[in-house]
Amino acid sequence: MALAIDFDTGAIPAEPRHEAATERVTLAVENLNCGGCMRKIERTLDGAPGIAHVRANLSAKRVSIAFDPQRTGTEAIIASLAAAGFHAADLATGTAGDVDSTDRDLLRRLAVAGFAAANIMLLSVSVWAGLASDMDAEIQSLFHWLSALIALPTIGYSGQPFFRSAQTALKAWRLNMDVPISLALLLATGMSLAQTIRGTEQVYFDASVSLVFFLLIGRYLDQSLRSRAKGAAQNLLGLKSGWATVLHDDGTSERLHARALMPGMRILVPAGERIAVDGRVVSGTSDIDEQLITGETVPRTARPGDTVYAGTLALTAPVEIEATAADDATLIAEIARLMETAEQNKGRYVSLADKAASLYSPLVHALGLATFLGWLALGAGWETALTTAISVLIITCPCALALAVPAVQVAATSRLFKHGVIMTAADGLERLAEVDTIVFDKTGTLTRGEPELTNGAEIEDDTLAAAASLAVASRHPYAQAVVREARARGLDFPSFSNVAETPGAGLSRVEDTGAEARLGSAEWCRVAASTPSSQSASEASLYFISGTGKPPAAFHFTDALRPDAAETVARMRQAGFDISLLSGDRESAVRTAAEAAGITHWLAGRKPHEKIAELEKMKAEGRRVLMIGDGLNDAPALAAAHASLSPASAAEVSQIASDGIIQGSRLGPVIETIAVARRNRRMALENFAIAAAYNAICIPLAVAGFVTPLIAAIAMSASSIVVTTNALRLTTARLKL
Amino acid sequence: MTALAWLIPAALFLGLLGLAGFLWALRTGQFEDLDGAAYRILDDDDEPAAADRLTGENERSKF
Repeated sequence: MALAIDFDTGAIPAEPRHEAATERVTLAVENLNCGGCMRKIERTLDGAPGIAHVRANLSAKRVSIAFDPQRTGTEAIIASLAAAGFHAADLATGTAGDVDSTDRDLLRRLAVAGFAAANIMLLSVSVWAGLASDMDAEIQSLFHWLSALIALPTIGYSGQPFFRSAQTALKAWRLNMDVPISLALLLATGMSLAQTIRGTEQVYFDASVSLVFFLLIGRYLDQSLRSRAKGAAQNLLGLKSGWATVLHDDGTSERLHARALMPGMRILVPAGERIAVDGRVVSGTSDIDEQLITGETVPRTARPGDTVYAGTLALTAPVEIEATAADDATLIAEIARLMETAEQNKGRYVSLADKAASLYSPLVHALGLATFLGWLALGAGWETALTTAISVLIITCPCALALAVPAVQVAATSRLFKHGVIMTAADGLERLAEVDTIVFDKTGTLTRGEPELTNGAEIEDDTLAAAASLAVASRHPYAQAVVREARARGLDFPSFSNVAETPGAGLSRVEDTGAEARLGSAEWCRVAASTPSSQSASEASLYFISGTGKPPAAFHFTDALRPDAAETVARMRQAGFDISLLSGDRESAVRTAAEAAGITHWLAGRKPHEKIAELEKMKAEGRRVLMIGDGLNDAPALAAAHASLSPASAAEVSQIASDGIIQGSRLGPVIETIAVARRNRRMALENFAIAAAYNAICIPLAVAGFVTPLIAAIAMSASSIVVTTNALRLTTARLKL
Repeated sequence: MTALAWLIPAALFLGLLGLAGFLWALRTGQFEDLDGAAYRILDDDDEPAAADRLTGENERSKF
């Protein structure tokens, strides 16, 4: 395995020719959950040809692999992982790096600040002790110079994130929390330097460095939280996008990653594969499952010339499509336009921390300035005046406020993460806390998005087994529902190789006796379609004729609710939420689902722009809406709503548009999410109150000149610790909506 | 006071050593997978492939 090269030290490997040939890929692995999985993945790939090295990362659920592109490829690696039972997919290039490097950058600055704070404190303590005993002026001056030597580069390096942010804010004529922080840092450091040169005792490098240290902790927590959510979201998206078989003009074909596809390419989509691009059907006819795009559970039959969308599933037969660029006429383009307007209309949400900062910073500056001028006016020297003013700045602006929100958010988001909810929007939790109305999409959100047999009790075992032996040959969701039911009853049914599938119609098989068994639409089975009146119109049906003269059997299906949908809706209503169902599906289907889930207010057949209009109407009534949806058709509504969530099975665009992603098959986490969001807001306010109380006590003392910058720094640390400890309570608190 | 002449540099040196150690660990990806490391130690596989031992050092070039 000579290909494992230490790139960093530039060590020349034994076979330098191979160095250029090594490629790296980072794969997201869906079910990388335990130490054993990690080991299994590494063992599986380690022996595979062309693999230079493998490293699984359990925290990130990713595997990084170096391989020789001559001998293997990403797809082959994914295939061998699939054989070992792991669902893997590669991430869009470049996504793995940027977030992580910001994380590390902050951690580096934090480490430097920590080192400097500890060492300056060491020197400072000696100086304070020396003041009371016998330290002579030269030693004191030496210690001050040493402190300056450590502090100046540290402030310059570790303070950069604050300086940069303050600069950006000032350029836009705004004040944010970083402006007073930067001011306090620069003033305290500058004044200390001046005093060091003059050889006096008013040197406070320790205060400014420990201020940077504590503030960076808050900043790092905030950042690492965001990058973890981002990484998890990227994994989900990566696992969604797929590969496509591209047909070349010379008759050859090639497997390409979905991201590499270009308009004009001809793509062969085998039955059962997701279509990777928008395109037009060139040849072949297949039932297309468009659930993710339109919310419609019944597949549509696509014939040559029809348009198909990325994310849909070719169910019954292979089709050949020609990729088209997203021209303005397509559904996708319309949805993109709607989303853009929705985002614009929504306006910028002002987060709690920003609101606090916009009130607070002018106050702090004014107070600092007033203290300085006041002391000058009272006849104090400029040094005393400035020291007091700096104390005021340090004591007012700092950590407690900067930590108040991130500390709570870290606790809240970690808690949700454990419950399978990934919060992707930074201010998502705050907006979720304000929600009073919940709007569900139907297909795939309130329901499972897969049909279930409803009249199983009426069907005899042998009929079901006979139907299942045909159905097992098809990927059509109804056929699969029949198979599931047969398996659930523990029936044995044979599978035949001579089952023929006619897209848009059904399945047929000629038995040895010459009789033809058929499973499919009413037309296909030559049954008068609207026979049974007991069947509600919302249900879709399949018919089965055995060809032996027995009367046809009817199978009715419905899109079943998620297991805890009704219970969740009931709990939400009990907690005082207004609940509606807003769907693009047919009225009958929506009515049935609404009744089953106990939702009284429902709207069916709504197109994406009509969904937005409904949300606008609710907004005009003064309601704050939480939209929960999964389809591409929900994406604009998700973007327009006050807050939004989508299940992990949602379309890519919808996941990006929403504030958070719920994993798993249950809806219960929505309640947990709102409860945590509300507690998050309450605790952030609590923390602000703690910070305010602390300020109310300390500011008068500081203005009066009783607090030196050093004491200010200690008081500030204490308040930071109190605020952080308070936030940690959220990780274990028992919550009720 | 001559004690100070070597005590302070010694203190600073030790502090810098710690800082350098941390930065090294950060750069070589020691903090990349905190959950996974806990399991790796339990894996008593005594025939790690050559590549496996090197990957730790190679982590840094990944990102």
